[in-house]
Amino acid sequence: MPATLGSPRRKPALVCPAGSLPALKAAVDHGADAVYLGFRDATNARNFAGLNFDAAAVAEGVRYAQSRGREVLVAINTYAQAGRFGQWQRAVDAALALGADALIIADVGVLDYARRAHPDARLHLSVQGSATSYEAINFARERFGIRRAVLPRVLTLGEVAHVVANTEVEIEVFGFGSLCVMNEGRCWLSSFATGESPNTVGACSPAKFVQWQKVPAAAGRPESMDVRLAGILIDRFGAEENAGYPTICKGRYAVQGETYYALEEPASLNVLALLPAILAAGVAAIKVEGRQRSPAYVAQVTRTLREAIDAAFAQGSRFTVRPAWAAALAKVSEGAQVTLGAYDRPWR
Amino acid sequence: MGPTVTIPRFTLPPLVARIGARLPQWPHAVALAAALEAARVGGVLPAAALAALEGRTFRVTALDAGGAADFRFANGRFRPLLRPAPAPDLHLSANLSVFLELLARQEDPDTLFFHRRLAIEGDTELGLAVKNMLDAVDLSSLSRLPMPAWLRRRLGLAA
Ligand code: SF4
Repeated sequence: MPATLGSPRRKPALVCPAGSLPALKAAVDHGADAVYLGFRDATNARNFAGLNFDAAAVAEGVRYAQSRGREVLVAINTYAQAGRFGQWQRAVDAALALGADALIIADVGVLDYARRAHPDARLHLSVQGSATSYEAINFARERFGIRRAVLPRVLTLGEVAHVVANTEVEIEVFGFGSLCVMNEGRCWLSSFATGESPNTVGACSPAKFVQWQKVPAAAGRPESMDVRLAGILIDRFGAEENAGYPTICKGRYAVQGETYYALEEPASLNVLALLPAILAAGVAAIKVEGRQRSPAYVAQVTRTLREAIDAAFAQGSRFTVRPAWAAALAKVSEGAQVTLGAYDRPWR
Repeated sequence: MGPTVTIPRFTLPPLVARIGARLPQWPHAVALAAALEAARVGGVLPAAALAALEGRTFRVTALDAGGAADFRFANGRFRPLLRPAPAPDLHLSANLSVFLELLARQEDPDTLFFHRRLAIEGDTELGLAVKNMLDAVDLSSLSRLPMPAWLRRRLGLAA
């Protein structure tokens, strides 16, 4: 069933990231319908030093959000490592005991445990689960009773609409944030350099392997900022050049005599221009990336997406992107650039 | 709630940096270490996060002011370093207005970093730990901190 522009069936929920309690409060205060967060360990895909929630912070966050009619989703979205399954089981139990509205899970083993141990729990299939077809999503519904699936950022808009039309499961798509392009959930580039990657330790390019170094100008070479991952040079920025995160996919490499962003440019996904079509496709939720960012980012992005989604819902095909929204999102983007990502690529 | 004053982006004239660099650097270090120590004593900085800083040295450079503050976190306390280490474990450098925007939570450090307005050198993991520790601070708790009046004025907090 092709999506018809200008006839949104429902207003998608705005789902925003929180790496700390102040970020959660910023999301709620600026109009998020739901906030997602993770525990302070390898059970979530943003396992960075000092980030995330302990049990007391989850409890306070749940109280703050739910008393204002918003939801808290807990991401337990890495793959359980051999011999340590108990850690993932305890995370599931703890999140539900603390009052989470839903769990975001990638690993089928963890999904299976959550379904059996907590038959009434609302389960979402994480983007790290890498389900890109309605067949995969319907399978997860049959086996684990998932109520929502987060689509990887590799589908075109037409493909998203096709998935929505062929499943009862609610569909969540990414609306803004850093891109992770490699069939998320399956990328080993970070492990290639460091031995650690998102699905194993919960971080791409773990900080302990990252080195930024200012190199002063020398004979014949201008000043630069070099970034290395486990000693491997992955990019060199000129003095005024915008930077991005130190991931291998966004490095510059010498390929056949030319040095350039051979895999992906540092840029953030921004779907504002496509909002009417995304609404018409019938998605249930629009997600913002960035649990590693600070409360200032969460406030700025949540406020912008809230206004834009409300406007797109009210105006349908008459919707236009306000310059102030575009500027606010471009400012916080990686490399200070935005892209429509796969949504608008011609390939399938 | 967000900050009510907006900090404008400004750059001090180069002359200031030239003069600033010739002045003794320890007053900045004393003020910054005293502020951090007040935050620690006031329970604003979580003990678990502080443990990651034990024994490490830090330098904060305000490029356009020509000033640098060196300090160390050792035995559970922040202390100014009157004789700075040649290579601190973590070095943050930016113009003064950038640090003010960060402190007021007006701007996200990653954004400032992408725009090259903030530089982080040294131990990246330590930098992330510091950033995340500061992000987790509930700003409303700052006004309750026990701090001498001169320090409040220096930090731009209401007396
Ligand atoms: S290297 Fe890039 S594509 Fe791969 S996991 Fe990291 S961010 Fe994602």
